[in-house]
Amino acid sequence: MKLLFAGIDEPGLNTLEVYERRGGYESLRKALAMAPDEVLASISDSGLRGRGGAGFRMGQKASFLPRGDMDKYLVCNADESEPGTFKDRELMQKSPHMLIEGIVIASWAAGINRAFIYIRGEYARQADILEAAIAEAETAGYIGEDILDSQHSLSLVLHRGAGAYICGEETGLLDSLEGKRGNPRLKPPFPAIEGLYHGPTLINNVETLCTVPHIIRMGGAEYAKLGTETSTGTKLVSVSGDVQRPGNYEIELGTPSREIIFDLAGGPPEGHEVKFWFPGGSSAPVLTKDDLDIPYDFDSLAKAGSMLGSGAIIVVDDSHTVLEVALKLAKFYAHESCGKCVPCREGTNWTVKMLQRIQSGDATPMDLDLMASVQEQIIGNCLCVLGDAMAMPVGSMVEKFRAELEAEIEAARERAGTGELEDVIPLGVADEYAGPIPVH
Amino acid sequence: MSPAIPVPRFDHGSRVPGWDESVDLSKDPAVVPDPATTPVPEELRQQIERSMAKYPDRRSAVIPALHDAQHLHGWCSPEAIQQVAAVMQLTPAYLTSVATFYDMLETSPAPKGHHDVYVCTNISCSLRGADDLYEAMIAASAGHPEIDVRSFECLGACDIAPMASVDGEYIGPLDTGDPARIVEDLQAGRQVLEAKQLRFRKSADPGAAEGAGDSPIEPSTGEAEEDKR
Repeated sequence: MKLLFAGIDEPGLNTLEVYERRGGYESLRKALAMAPDEVLASISDSGLRGRGGAGFRMGQKASFLPRGDMDKYLVCNADESEPGTFKDRELMQKSPHMLIEGIVIASWAAGINRAFIYIRGEYARQADILEAAIAEAETAGYIGEDILDSQHSLSLVLHRGAGAYICGEETGLLDSLEGKRGNPRLKPPFPAIEGLYHGPTLINNVETLCTVPHIIRMGGAEYAKLGTETSTGTKLVSVSGDVQRPGNYEIELGTPSREIIFDLAGGPPEGHEVKFWFPGGSSAPVLTKDDLDIPYDFDSLAKAGSMLGSGAIIVVDDSHTVLEVALKLAKFYAHESCGKCVPCREGTNWTVKMLQRIQSGDATPMDLDLMASVQEQIIGNCLCVLGDAMAMPVGSMVEKFRAELEAEIEAARERAGTGELEDVIPLGVADEYAGPIPVH
Repeated sequence: MSPAIPVPRFDHGSRVPGWDESVDLSKDPAVVPDPATTPVPEELRQQIERSMAKYPDRRSAVIPALHDAQHLHGWCSPEAIQQVAAVMQLTPAYLTSVATFYDMLETSPAPKGHHDVYVCTNISCSLRGADDLYEAMIAASAGHPEIDVRSFECLGACDIAPMASVDGEYIGPLDTGDPARIVEDLQAGRQVLEAKQLRFRKSADPGAAEGAGDSPIEPSTGEAEEDKR
């Protein structure tokens, strides 16, 4: 069943004319004829869970916003930076009006009059397309004062970011949108109570908002029949890495993972097999080839010790080492850590150093325990989950591929001629051998 | 015991640069520049003022303003920062703190009108040979200071891995022979590797074709938006 991807490749779908011809903005008309509470109830009935990573129920989130006349904001999180994820890019590039329609409906339901789309700066072409679509929608009266002669007014501004992974984190995004460095904030208060410019703010992912028009068209209860009981609806899955047909696929939640990786994406290249895979972007703990039959939905993946995250499957085949992937991953998070919380800032850097030590042949199997303990110290100890996002997959790699990493340590020591294990200088003590550290 | 691991140090013995440079307290702190005495190009002023008008709080326009200033000056130079500060009525220090946070805002000198080539070297791309591609891109652009090649974190186009973003245009999948052509195309001032541009690519999902016309997406709309950056 295709909802978001139905006819996505139709030429000119990014223009208002084609979008309207395909029945676009009909859901908006329907929603504006309903009371805001009815629209909200429909979204709640659908059981739609956030598609950005956390999987929080959208209807519930929207209902947290205080009622009444005040400055409330809707922010669409289009800062899609999770490695392996590219679903929002395709939606914004090919069907920008679907996103705009979703934003107008969601803002009507939550009583919001100002909306922003925060798009990552690298998506320059997609931002141009969205900007053109917003201008078209304004001219046609889908955005602005008294939309379609209803009580609803909305202004929509596209805001381009400038390249920072942390701005995908909702509070980091809010700071960035306020013109500051994108540092996450302490929660609570949650953005629904105090967010952008201290006003109540509803933040949703692009795919979540794109789903809203379909929910209104079908009715919440009808939408909830798709997928599984707790993971309703369809989901875009970005499959990449060692597969023959990488790309975005729309699936019903609950589809077996094997079907996505093998039947849709073609599986690993000839002669190779799946070694491990990330089910929900690079922040998700890895699963192995024994886990391929897990149904692809929020709860089944959580039960397997991982998460659905942003819905990005990265497949790694047996031609790559665990160390190589772990080091790439750790370097990424070390680069992107905003530096506000110590466990994340230091932990990500130390993990990189420890992995490089394995590579250079200076590590011992003891280092793996140290690495695992560093990961444990990061998890849950920071303002946001960037540190956790490194700690979870790296921790899972150490746990699931310990034998391989130990063999790699042995082999690297052999290559480097580092000598017997008792000659090893433990990590952190090495400085003493370089002479005393001067006291200033 | 094996020989001690050398730790890199500066001449003065510290591993922290600038530890011995104290703040000159006799100097006045940098204040919000006076708009009357700070010359700002008219076009830049208008761009920034337009951005500021879009938000309830003018500060929200910092990133768009720095983008515009960078476009004009090539990078966020002290002069560029000074001009933005004058229009937005913020301190240069505040703007510098923002500029240094974001990867796309350049805080080291870059030639005016240079080309940005970002090669994605994150997981999905590196699994498909992005590190070799990055090396090849560096080699191909040697001797062309106007082409700024950087390795970049995930650009969100793992379906065309390994890929690069050339002045915002996504191209891929690339092989190690493509960098030479990218440099050629940039120098000739034409579309870069048009056949491999992402915007002409159809969705991978076989079900997505239902109901859509059979004709491929026409590569025609690109001309107008080409010069935007």
